[in-house]
Amino acid sequence: MSESRLGVFKTYKLFVGGKFPRSESGRVYEVTDPKGNWLANAPLASRKDARDAVVAARKAFGGWSGATAYNRGQILYRIAEMLEGRREQFVREVAEAEGLSRSKAAAVVDAAVDRWVWYAGWTDKIGQIAGAANPVAGPYFNLSTTEPTGVVAVLAPQESSFLGLVSVLAPVIATGNTAVVVTSERSPLPALSLGEVLATSDLPGGVVNVLSGKAAEMGPHLAAHGDVNAIDLTGADAELATALETAAADNLKRVLRPRDEDWSAEPGTDRLLAFLETKTVWHPIGV
Amino acid sequence: MQTPGHLTPAYSPQAAERLASMADVTASDAALRRFLHGLPGVDAVGLEGRAATLGTRSIKTTAKAYAIDLAISMIDLTTLEGADTPGKVRALCAKGVNPDPTDRTAPKVAAICVYPDMVKTAKEALDGSGIHVASVATAFPAGRAALPVKLADTADAVAAGADEIDMVIDRGAFLSGRYLQVFEEIKAVKAACARPDGTAAHLKVIFENGELATYDNIRRVSWLSMLAGADFIKTSTGKVAVNATPPNTLLMLEAVRDFRDATGVQVGVKPAGGIRTTKDAIKYLVMVNETLGAEWLTPEWFRFGASSLLNDLLMQRQKLSTGRYSGPDYVTVD
Repeated sequence: MSESRLGVFKTYKLFVGGKFPRSESGRVYEVTDPKGNWLANAPLASRKDARDAVVAARKAFGGWSGATAYNRGQILYRIAEMLEGRREQFVREVAEAEGLSRSKAAAVVDAAVDRWVWYAGWTDKIGQIAGAANPVAGPYFNLSTTEPTGVVAVLAPQESSFLGLVSVLAPVIATGNTAVVVTSERSPLPALSLGEVLATSDLPGGVVNVLSGKAAEMGPHLAAHGDVNAIDLTGADAELATALETAAADNLKRVLRPRDEDWSAEPGTDRLLAFLETKTVWHPIGV
Repeated sequence: MQTPGHLTPAYSPQAAERLASMADVTASDAALRRFLHGLPGVDAVGLEGRAATLGTRSIKTTAKAYAIDLAISMIDLTTLEGADTPGKVRALCAKGVNPDPTDRTAPKVAAICVYPDMVKTAKEALDGSGIHVASVATAFPAGRAALPVKLADTADAVAAGADEIDMVIDRGAFLSGRYLQVFEEIKAVKAACARPDGTAAHLKVIFENGELATYDNIRRVSWLSMLAGADFIKTSTGKVAVNATPPNTLLMLEAVRDFRDATGVQVGVKPAGGIRTTKDAIKYLVMVNETLGAEWLTPEWFRFGASSLLNDLLMQRQKLSTGRYSGPDYVTVD
């Protein structure tokens, strides 16, 4: 019996607003391993999927940015817990996607889990690093505090399809932003599976939206979008990054330029600080 | 006498003559009941199927641009809150005159819809703009007041300068079968819309479909209101759970079409409440075009009762003109 059993293939889908839709366009593309063997069909998201994702991210922003930093930390830690439980699946997917040996893929997944834990710890501490009580010449408390930038479009790294994606996504949402992530075009499958982990981690729907497809197709619409507050160009090549930066300048988006990064190194706080605004209040000192 | 088939607007004197020819069906409670219950029953499955099918039309590019501008020009921009202030009404009027400050080619809205005590404020703010002031009246939204109170409410709004009156029917009377009472009340309010100079404010009759329970009732009340002289029939107050839906609006459009065929009198339709997106608005325009034809595709005969719809239309308009997606930061919050 077992020899004649048909395998059940997984239909990879987008993750938008806490749901798993197919692409609005109905398009898919073939995803292969580095040797060219077919792995699965992934949805080829269109500009309208990007638009819907931005709407979902905007809708989620109020609740997520208003949640306490402690609560956000708990949820990020929960993501790490859920990921740990599905470790085997992600090891397999990362190994296939990036052509790594099992042990190397396992190291990548472990690093990704640890990255969630790292950023979970930062949620309620970044304010102390980036905020300040400023000395002023007058009878005032002068306090600078951090606030999330808003909806952040993230072009995830093309090569490191899982650890790289987690490394750019986690800092965005840790500080209270909501994200629209465009996955690695060549290896989108681990990122799409991450959507399933996020959906079961108490993360409110819409805080993270995962789109698989071409950065060059969706990037220009996200960069020019009036309701996107910042864009991370990590996954764009030099030419695309320049074009997107120009488009983003028209509506004064915050832009994080691509740079060489070692995803296995300790991340530091750069990416946390990249999508934070500073609010300064003057408060009269009472008697 | 006009040739048969030529349409007479519901507010013209000729319409009153034509309606007088239907006087036998409204002569008594029994006659009116016989007539209304003699209307064909509504095929609910067919109606909902038809409304759903019409909602699948794809309207793109230039047609979409046309539909967006048309929809903006059909909006009765509405604020009906207990917390309305003269300042809020003036701000809304300014938005109605010039909906998109970044693009002066955006058309103005059809009317500003307010409570009667705000009519004067709105009238002053809209002076010279050509935008009408619509006032709800007759103890909106419940309509639970004595007839003299309702008539005084109406006359007050008209005296303050309202161009259009949105009245609510007495749903209690209708549901308990006292059709003639509802009919007489609409006639009385219509009379109260008259101005001393012989003109009259246009009368919109609100059914509150969400409280009428059945499609058959919506068809009956549509005919009843049109027989009583309604210039417009309107789905709902926007104050209950179920407001305008595509099926109940389609049903009213069909009633208007049948009434036109029977009497030659043209009546307008206003869905209100729950229409928030450009996509929804375009679905309604498709229904109007397919059911009644292009004569109704003007603000004179079709309106949207809405507040948040305008912002979505403006964002879509900006997307079409700039090629970039817009966001709520680029329209006013009201």
